[in-house]
Amino acid sequence: MIEKRTADVIIIGGGIMGCATAYRLAKRGVDVLVLEKKEIGNGGSCRNAGGVRQSARDPKELPLAMYAVKNIWPTLGEELGVNVEYHQGGNLRLGLTESDIKVLENHTAKSTKLGLDVKMISGDEAREICPYMSKDVIAASWCATDGHANPLTTTLGFYKKALELGVTFITGVHVNEIVKVKGRARKVITDDGVYEADNILLCAGYESRRIANTVGIDAPVERQFNEVLVTEAQPKMFDVMIGVAGGEFYGHQSEHGSFVLGGNSGLQAFTSNNDNFVTNSLTAPSISRGIIKYFPVLKNCKVVRTWSGWYDQCIDVLPVIDNVKEVPGLTLGFGFSGHGFGISPAVSIALSELILDGESKTIDISQLKYDRFKPKK
Amino acid sequence: MAKVIRTANKEPFVEKPDDDMIICRCEEITKGEIRKAVYEGMRTMNEVKRFLRSGMGLCQGQTCQKLVQGIIASELKTKPSEVGMITGRAPVRPVDINTFSNNITDVKED
Repeated sequence: MIEKRTADVIIIGGGIMGCATAYRLAKRGVDVLVLEKKEIGNGGSCRNAGGVRQSARDPKELPLAMYAVKNIWPTLGEELGVNVEYHQGGNLRLGLTESDIKVLENHTAKSTKLGLDVKMISGDEAREICPYMSKDVIAASWCATDGHANPLTTTLGFYKKALELGVTFITGVHVNEIVKVKGRARKVITDDGVYEADNILLCAGYESRRIANTVGIDAPVERQFNEVLVTEAQPKMFDVMIGVAGGEFYGHQSEHGSFVLGGNSGLQAFTSNNDNFVTNSLTAPSISRGIIKYFPVLKNCKVVRTWSGWYDQCIDVLPVIDNVKEVPGLTLGFGFSGHGFGISPAVSIALSELILDGESKTIDISQLKYDRFKPKK
Repeated sequence: MAKVIRTANKEPFVEKPDDDMIICRCEEITKGEIRKAVYEGMRTMNEVKRFLRSGMGLCQGQTCQKLVQGIIASELKTKPSEVGMITGRAPVRPVDINTFSNNITDVKED
């Protein structure tokens, strides 16, 4: 077999954005090659709490979330042939104090203006939806159309489906730089030699910045560390996705029964992890204290594992989804800032249209351009 | 990580007589499910774990992971060391949320 070195489109990064876009492109008859440094979905794609959320999103990326929830998530499992464990159980964002309520009201007002059905409810109304929470919860925002899904089976489901449609994946290959030929992005230089394509999609999480820099493009994205704890399976308690205005933790009960609850210690930028996906001894205790404040009923529930990951935090906490004017043939999709999973099925449509049609026709991504970052006056 | 080229299997999946044997007891994952996952493209211990939940139960893979590794390696016709091992996770034994939350020495007060 002659080794594959060229394709119509090369995707750098085998996370959920890369796998899902590979699937969309292959469906449209495009020859795709995905290059991945480690394993499929080894970054933030498989290291997140599975939120499929529209509420509390910035209006600039809300169209992606609303499109995904309305048109893709309900049937995605059937489409991919895996159980993506999508549950549209709603999202409660809880508040304990008056200042929490202000935060929640602010988000709610912004989302309502864009046509999202989200409203403020009292603590008692919140306890009617989820009877297990503490009496200390005095208010919440409620979005009934939010939900959660399983990031692991969704990411690997997109990968499996892309393989079926003829996409080639090469793992264990580290991308060093992109090189232009006659002004157009063309060559991907790796530690395994050169790969070439008519179009290149860069969606390598926080490592995207280093690679974009090699063709003179920059975006203020840096990696940020977060951790999650997973409990033993519990009887079915609730289907809602939980967030809190104070940011102590977030998460849900999975289909399997375990609770998947994420958060941080507040010191995560300064605790040493030796550049590995290890968990820190400060973090699970911090998350646990947060959980007990809102859900004292879970205090005897056992934690079976903790895990961690980096996400690609953009300075305005919004992704970059755009074609690069200065480098024709290069498309960017990174900076999802810890909430990319829920919108990934819609992002892949936008990215595939950017590559094949030159613009995103289906979903408005006009506020997510790569050149939006300006110094202050 | 060694370079691996991944494309779809051209041959159909072949079932085997012992496919219904349970390998991961906590999550009740069978040999056939593991073989099918490898057939569908999962090539490492972590990928199989994420796809099927093998090794995600109460024992965190302490019972079954050598067996899962052997099955993946045999399906891929490679050495067990080539498919890696699942990432070890704290805590070593299940610990309740209350005990974790009591791990306070110097905590910032609200």
